[in-house]
Amino acid sequence: MSGEFHDGVVKALGDDALRQHLRRAMDSLIAKRLAVFPDQDALQELRRYGMAIRGNALSKLPQLLERFEARCEENGIHVHWAETTDEANKTVFEILQSHDVKRLVKGKSMVSEEMGLNHFLEAKGIECLESDLGEFIIQLAGETPSHIVMPALHKSKQEIAELFHEKFPDIPYSDDVDELTAVARGILREKFMQADAGISGVNFLIAETGTLCLVENEGNGRMSTTVPPLHIAVTGIEKVVEELADVPPLLSLLTRSATGQPITTYFNMIKGPRQPGEKDGPQEVHLVLLDNGRSRIFADEELQATLRCIRCGACINHCPIYTRLGGHAYGTVYPGPIGSILEPQKEGLERLGELAEASTLCGACGEVCPVRIPIPKLLNRLRWEGVRRDGTGETSGQGRRRKHSESLAWKAWSSLASRPALYRIAVKSACRFRRMLPQQLGPWTHVRKAPEIAEKPLRELVEVQGLTDE
Amino acid sequence: MNESRRQILDRLRAVSREEGGVLQRRVDRRVWNQDEKVQRFAECMSAVRAEVYRTSEVSWVNDLQRILKSKGAGNLLYAPAKAHGKLLREDLSSSGIELVPYDLEVERWKRRLFEQMDASITGCRGAIAETGSLILWPDEDEPRLLSLIPPIHCVLLRAEQIYSTFSEAIDIQGWADGMPTNALLISGPSKSADIAQVLAYGVHGPKSLVILIIP
Repeated sequence: MSGEFHDGVVKALGDDALRQHLRRAMDSLIAKRLAVFPDQDALQELRRYGMAIRGNALSKLPQLLERFEARCEENGIHVHWAETTDEANKTVFEILQSHDVKRLVKGKSMVSEEMGLNHFLEAKGIECLESDLGEFIIQLAGETPSHIVMPALHKSKQEIAELFHEKFPDIPYSDDVDELTAVARGILREKFMQADAGISGVNFLIAETGTLCLVENEGNGRMSTTVPPLHIAVTGIEKVVEELADVPPLLSLLTRSATGQPITTYFNMIKGPRQPGEKDGPQEVHLVLLDNGRSRIFADEELQATLRCIRCGACINHCPIYTRLGGHAYGTVYPGPIGSILEPQKEGLERLGELAEASTLCGACGEVCPVRIPIPKLLNRLRWEGVRRDGTGETSGQGRRRKHSESLAWKAWSSLASRPALYRIAVKSACRFRRMLPQQLGPWTHVRKAPEIAEKPLRELVEVQGLTDE
Repeated sequence: MNESRRQILDRLRAVSREEGGVLQRRVDRRVWNQDEKVQRFAECMSAVRAEVYRTSEVSWVNDLQRILKSKGAGNLLYAPAKAHGKLLREDLSSSGIELVPYDLEVERWKRRLFEQMDASITGCRGAIAETGSLILWPDEDEPRLLSLIPPIHCVLLRAEQIYSTFSEAIDIQGWADGMPTNALLISGPSKSADIAQVLAYGVHGPKSLVILIIP
């Protein structure tokens, strides 16, 4: 493991309170999801449908993006394309600058986290305020989201109460959730009123109608996209679906898989800016479509499944590794199983390939994924991408995780295993000299005993029993 | 900018895939009669702390007045050009609840809208029984913020406009042929579980959602 990830893991594993907190949270999310999918057959049928809808959209991705863009232009939404996060940040900044924006409010957006948009804009003197309650909390704490749906999942009620008390000393201390929520409501209402612009993410783009769809419970997404005179949405190029009719099944899979809700409080479908005669809504709507490695992922037939993701976080909620580490240990924007397949592909295997190894391959993520992304299979594929040497394929950093010692060990093993006589001698000697074998096997034996070799090989035991090869 | 567009699309187009099968789309419907739909809708809404009242064409204004008074609302934001707006002007004006029309662009009265409105009333374009959701298509007469800013949001719903599923509503109402600037599904009062997974209501949007069902 590299230094950064290793340190993150060690730190997380040393935090008993965090682990207990995560275990409780995940148990509750797992139970809630189960409760809203009472019929297993219906669930499997819906998952197949969700996979087909997303697969269909990806199979026509370039055409759908063009169709979507044309509809948007008709509807009055300005569409911008960005190859990199840097380009996306600059695009957003230029739009803000041309409107002389000083203060903006943000709805929850993982793509904006991917862009590091807040830092970028704040360095340019624009105040960016997160308005989703969880995002607001972690912004106050100067942290990053630890979960893609519940960004402040790692924080306990007491931690949040102390944080509010420290940041807003005029407001009396309380650890009552309703009171804390009321404090945030009061502060943010003023900010919504004053904001010169609102920034949001997007859950689905509809090519047929040129519509942006946003899923949320709090109403801050509606505030950010309705109250300020300018709305800028940022999202990835993979979010498009072909038809409006594709949205209800995906919405149902998304909210039920994410938080066990039949539906969220608000489902907000935006077709354009304020029309003549309308009394509210933004005067201008912009959409920034970000690539940032997605088109490279798209080029690999198997790994393309990564782009089916609808960002529900169910894989995260069911992951034994995430539940022990929390999101911050990963050191990436997207944590958990989806992050472990997405981030190494985006950032390159040389930097993040080890994330694909941080998995027990238990399969839970693949079982719950609402669009049937074979996450365990893709984790394995990325492990292979990290060590393959044939120089084909699209994944950045291919072969960069190959180690000479490992490769030598596997070569020796394969040579031994393909020569029966030699293999028998080797096994017999290992049994005979088993006491002389090393007891210290690197990190493995820091917390475990070295494996013990049996007195007699299995082959001999079988022969004694009178069993033969045939 | 156009260069990025071209490069992204070129890269995507360079990937040739065998045509997948045609996506078999289906409309998800339930065979529920109207009573069952009303029942299911009310149950789902109550589960997320929305208040559902079954009222009638003749008594809804009275019921609304009683509900607003019990909640201590002193004023009601409404859409004067809508049919229910006219009725409210005739029947609610002597109730002591001040009727406030939303007839100015938001920029001209933002602070008052945010700070002084106790309650609002809107119609809706129907509802969804399966998930307990109201369908709102805000327009120039009934602006978007009517259903978002005041702490109490009241909605008039006609029972015959309850569809079994979202998919059915889209299909029967022909949404794909012409969507409004903004279309909304509202399924309860604003809520969040971002603090320690404890559910809190009224985060940014209305704290109370009151639904008056007219048969």
